[in-house]
Formats: sequence, C-alpha cells, structure tokens
Amino acid sequence: MSLGLLLRLGIGLLVLAFFAYRFYGVLVRGAYGAETWARLAISGLIIGSVYAVIALGYTLVYGILFMINFAHGEVMMIGAFAGYFVLEAFAASGFSARQPVLAIIITFLAGMTVSMLVGISLERIAYRPLRGAPRLVPLISAIGASIFLQNAAQLMFGSMRRTYSNPPALERNVGWVLEVAGKPVSITYTGVLTFAFSVVLMVGLYLLVQRTRLGRAMRAVAENKEAAALMGVDVDRVIANTFAISGVLAGAAGVMWGLHNGIIYHYVGFIPGLKAFTAAVLGGIGNIPGAMLGGIVLGIAESLTPAVLDMPFQLKDVLAFAVLVLVLIFRPTGILGEVLAEEKV
Amino acid sequence: MALLEVHNIHTYYDHIHALKGISFELDRGEIVALIGANGAGKTTTLNTISGIRHPREGSIIFDGQPIHHLPAHEIVQLGIAQVPEGRKIFSRLTVMENLDMGAFTRRDRAAIQEDLERVFKLFPRLKERRNQLGGTLSGGEQQMLAIARALMARPRVLLLDEPSMGLAPILVESIFQTITEISQQGMTILLVEQNANMALSVAHRAYVLETGRIVLYGPAAEVRENPQVRAAYLGEA
Repeated sequence: MSLGLLLRLGIGLLVLAFFAYRFYGVLVRGAYGAETWARLAISGLIIGSVYAVIALGYTLVYGILFMINFAHGEVMMIGAFAGYFVLEAFAASGFSARQPVLAIIITFLAGMTVSMLVGISLERIAYRPLRGAPRLVPLISAIGASIFLQNAAQLMFGSMRRTYSNPPALERNVGWVLEVAGKPVSITYTGVLTFAFSVVLMVGLYLLVQRTRLGRAMRAVAENKEAAALMGVDVDRVIANTFAISGVLAGAAGVMWGLHNGIIYHYVGFIPGLKAFTAAVLGGIGNIPGAMLGGIVLGIAESLTPAVLDMPFQLKDVLAFAVLVLVLIFRPTGILGEVLAEEKV
Repeated sequence: MALLEVHNIHTYYDHIHALKGISFELDRGEIVALIGANGAGKTTTLNTISGIRHPREGSIIFDGQPIHHLPAHEIVQLGIAQVPEGRKIFSRLTVMENLDMGAFTRRDRAAIQEDLERVFKLFPRLKERRNQLGGTLSGGEQQMLAIARALMARPRVLLLDEPSMGLAPILVESIFQTITEISQQGMTILLVEQNANMALSVAHRAYVLETGRIVLYGPAAEVRENPQVRAAYLGEA
C-alpha cells in the first residue's frame, strides 16, 4: 500500500468517524423525531429521482463520447421554460382546470420535445465539428454552450423568477398525509408524480438500452466506434440519438422541477446540473444503473446529512459534496463504476 | 469483370502517405492474400476498402459501382464485411448480441436466423457460449466470434485482417481450415496476414506489399516460390 493511499483512507476514516460521532449525539439526544426523518427521507427520494433522471443524460453521453456535456443542465432549463409557457397558456384558457391530466401530459411532451431539439442542435453545432479533437476541446465548447444557453434564455425570457402555474388538481405542497409516530407527514402530489415518472423514465431507458436495436448500437458505439461502423452502424446518427434521448430526459426533469419546486429562471439548470453530474460520478460515470443509484443517494444524502450531523440545513450542498468526496475516497470509480480500462484485445 | 477492383489508391494519415498507389482485384470466389511486413499498409488497405479511411486519389469499384466515397456503414450494407485486426469484438455485449450486431443492417429475419444456424454449425463453441459476454471468451473463441459476426452480414466479400494474430499454432490451423471452408461455400475473401506461410497455403493469388506499394503479385504458389519472398516473409535463408 502506498503512502498516498494510506493517507487518503486515513482521511476518509477520520471523516467517517466524525460523522458517526455527530450522528451518535443526534440519536442520544433524540434531536429529531421519527416524523422528521421520514419527511427528510421522502423529500430526498423525490429530489434524488430528479437528479437520477438528469444524471442519466450525463452518463449516456459520457459513455459514448467520453465527454462531460456541461450544457446538460441548461438543456433541462430550456425544457422547464417550454413546460412553463404551455402550462401558462393552459391555465389562462381554463384547460388546466378542465383536463388536468391531459394538460400535464402535453406539458411534459412539450418540455421533452423542446429539450430533445436543443440536445440534438447542441451536438450538431457545438460538438460534432470537434469530433476527433483532443478531449479538452469539446469540454470547453460545452462550457461555452452552457453560458450561451443561459444568456439566450435570459435575453428571451428575462431574468425574473417565474412560478409554474400547476393545474388546481396538482397544487404544490398539497398531498396525502401519513401519520408517523403520531405526527403528520405529508406526501405531496407533485412529489409522487415526480418520483413515479422518474422511475418510469429510468425503467424505459434501461429497456431501450438493453433490448432495442438502437440500444445495442449505442452500447456497441460506446465500446468501439470503428468496430460499430464496420457492422454497418451509422455512428454519427447513434451519437445524435444519444443526445436526443438525454435531451428528452433533461426536458422531463425540467418540467418535474417546475411542477414540484415551482420556481424557474434562466439559471435554474445550473445547480441541478452540477448535482446530477456529481450523482453520475458518484454512481460511476458511464454506468447507467450507477447514475440512477447515484442520483437517489445524492438526493437522500443532501436531505438527511444536515440532520444526521446536526448542522444547519443551509449547509446541505456542502454536505452533499462532502458525501461525494467521501465515497470517492473509498471507491474512486464511483459506487458501481468499473475500472475504465480500454477494452482488452 | 472482377467483383472488387482497387485502382491506384493513395491513402494518407494527415501528412503520412500510407498507400502510394495500390491496385489489385478480387474475382468471385477466390481467396486473395495481401502479405507484407508491419507498417506496409495492409490494414490501411482494408480500412480504405471498408470506408473507415478514404483515399485521396484512386477508385474502388465493387460490382461495377464506385464505393470509395461512401461511409463505412453503407459499404457494409452493399456486402463488404471486415473482420478487423485484433478482432474488436464487443466485450460487454453477449456472444448473441455480437452476432446480432453483425446483422445490424439486415431486416430479413428468417434469413438472419438461417445464417445464425450456419455460423453455429461452423463454430459450435459459440453456440455453447451464446449468452456469455464477449470479453469472457478466449482469444481463439474471440476470433471465431469476429469471423462469425462478419458472416452475419451475409457479405459478398469478406476482408480478414490478421486472423492468426496472437493465437496458438493449433488454433491458427483450425481458423485457416474454417477460412477454406467458408471459401468453398462460395465466399470471396481478401486475406491480410503476417503469417505469410499460412496465408499462401490457402490463397489462390497473392500480392506483396512493401511501404505502401505492391512489389510483387501472382498465383499464391508462385509467390511462395519467389526467393525474395522466401527470404523476407517465410523466414528462409
């Protein structure tokens, strides 16, 4: 064992011990009741499922191009805006009140379609011309595209915060009330919708990748582009499709974000994008189940860790990233990450 | 008219002039060997035919149609399949999925099923391992899979790049036996090999490549008797 590894593991163990010590204190004092833990776990699960859906977009693109699409959060933001405008129109015309289910479905379709188109254009304009360039070059292009999309959204939509007008049947912060240890714990309708639709998207994506012709082609391209081309796969088309799929996922996440959290603005994709990227790394970048697991773990971590450590809730982001560092100390390739070696010849 | 005609192709890697005017042809049903040392341009020649690389000059005519400007995936569809150097099987796909990838451009399900039976008859080992991941196969099995995968495209021309590379002599023997078998079923084969001895024993005709140029060609038996070839490639003084 090298000194560096020992040092790394030592730091990891120290941090773990500190966490355990704080958590022990919280438990002994009974600082939080069961209902608080339940509330935090539920909200972590919901936000985690959104992270997971966004993280899939990072991991799909990374798996095929070995590139982090830093503009992915902005693709989500554009989808959130598309959904917002559709929902505004529906609310104004009264359609939301009359046909809430249809209104929500159309809102999702609009967000997903617009984000898909943004994803496809992004690849065509910002990444395809750089195919074959050193890996750092498309990365810079991605950061540029991210800033471009933020500013374009600001120019088009202004920089004020806008509130999603949910249909009356899907009000925010309204839902079922469970009783935990004699205290009420609410589960919001938007939260249930978000979690359920995320699961549907994840299962759908998994089946697409594992069972369809396109999925097989994606896996083949991810492994070896030249060999895939020799099989008759149009590699450029598969890459474009991958961006389309990751755009669809980001658009769905954007609409879920709007419906559940309520507020959107031109910068709304940045933090969720960063968190989802973190989630993808946490799960093992390039690994599809890893991105799902990483998203859920990160969501729960950011929700529970402040309470576990008895620290202010405002520190949730810091603590979530501390969890990332901790996981990477013990598993540098992520929870489900394989060793990213080149294929064996 | 030959099935595949290569006319005076020049292929570059940036500024490196890899193929300096290569011409040869392939008639229906024959095995043609392309032999030469490392770096002579053998793999580049195959990749230029397959459309992975495009020639800066010259033409490639397949069955009367020029193909040198087409992208790789369209060339497969026309009926030219390649078994790449180093096999390049998909190690995270199962054997079955690898074979499905071979038939990627095809829609004729019934005929694909027939071809599957045929390659399983040719390589019974693959049938046993159909649900295993490609990466878990031994080197010999991976070579079988790479050949089987290419056959799944139901090609009219099969390009084989170093099928003997890294295999034990007994496996080399059996792979070459299979190549002969495939040829006897009517396949046209372009065989690239460093193992010149083996290649010349199964081929009908041969071309010798040296630093991007063809320096010698003729019936395999004649090439084999050529004193320079014997000295340079067959390890005889």
